Amino acid sequence: MEYIIIIISAVFVSNIVLSQFLGICPFMGVSNKVQTAVGMTGAVTFVMVIATIVTYLLMQYVLIPLGIDFARTITFILVIAFLVQLVEIVLKKVSPPLYQALGIFLPLITTNCTVLGVAVLVGQKDFNLLEGVVFAIGNALGFGLALITFAGIREQLELMNIPKAMRGIPIAFIVAGILALAFMGFAGIV
Amino acid sequence: MNNWKNFSKGLIKDNPVFVLFLGLCPVLGVTTSAINGLGMGLATTFVLTMSSVIVSLIKNFIPDKVRIPCFIVVIATFVTVVELVMKGYLPDLYKALGLFIPLIVVNCIVLGRAEAFASKNNLFAYVLDGLGMGLGFALALTILGTVREVLGSGSIFGMKFISGDGILVFVLAPGAFLALGYLIVIMNLVKKKLS
Repeated sequence: MEYIIIIISAVFVSNIVLSQFLGICPFMGVSNKVQTAVGMTGAVTFVMVIATIVTYLLMQYVLIPLGIDFARTITFILVIAFLVQLVEIVLKKVSPPLYQALGIFLPLITTNCTVLGVAVLVGQKDFNLLEGVVFAIGNALGFGLALITFAGIREQLELMNIPKAMRGIPIAFIVAGILALAFMGFAGIV
Repeated sequence: MNNWKNFSKGLIKDNPVFVLFLGLCPVLGVTTSAINGLGMGLATTFVLTMSSVIVSLIKNFIPDKVRIPCFIVVIATFVTVVELVMKGYLPDLYKALGLFIPLIVVNCIVLGRAEAFASKNNLFAYVLDGLGMGLGFALALTILGTVREVLGSGSIFGMKFISGDGILVFVLAPGAFLALGYLIVIMNLVKKKLS
């Protein structure tokens, strides 16, 4: 039950993109087509879950016992950069089709703030390892939901007649605002 | 003259937020009030400038292959400095900015500048460019913060000028997207008029 609440609140109520403002760059950058949005979601889910586990263990068993938890930011970002590289290499060897699908998105994830953000949030919320993993999955799903919905809307938007000054990024922001308004309707269900 | 150009292009012509659309997460996340926007902008400017200095000093000693991890370590060091200083001296601002302070590390402006300038240019031009970009970022955040604060809670830098609430949606999440979207529209219109 507890885990279901964590997932629902991460996906709908405090959606990582639309109410926490993390991962705006890929949200704007790779949301032109539904297909790329799906690929990006897959890559983010993969890295986010692994990164959460590794950073959690590092924080609990290395940084805190040694009393160097102020080095959290440096450690986490290095771990994430390293993991992304590792995932890329392993995928290339083990599953070429998956690598084909996710490959181009992987390098982008190092600077995707959702991964670092979730790793830091797990620490701030005092989750245990399992709750942290569930939280990471929930946030990855929330990221996917926002990204894919938005990509669907933007595909339709291509066909619309929009004033010149609003084309491209400005209209995307305004649409995202309306989408965020819609997501506010979920407030209070958990 | 050239130095001035290096410095000023980040402010308006190549403004990282309104023109290049970089580093958008903190732009939307912290601009619920003008003061938060300004604080975040200045913190980013500090990290950007200091890491510019260090990166341009060490870039000749580090092998090309490991340059990005090295840059990240330098950037993360200054982010930690900002985090600790802010926690000690400005606890209210620290609380308001929250998660977005450690996230300066992954701000694409910071790493992007390090990448773009690392291979060329001299130290002075590079640092000026970093300072200009940082101040342009701070300017954009302050403008957006002011707009949202005026519309959302009827105050400027915490000074209230109407009684009661403003249009609440502007301090909530959707307002961030809407306000930034319309500000970019206005920028586009102004640019068209000027040219």
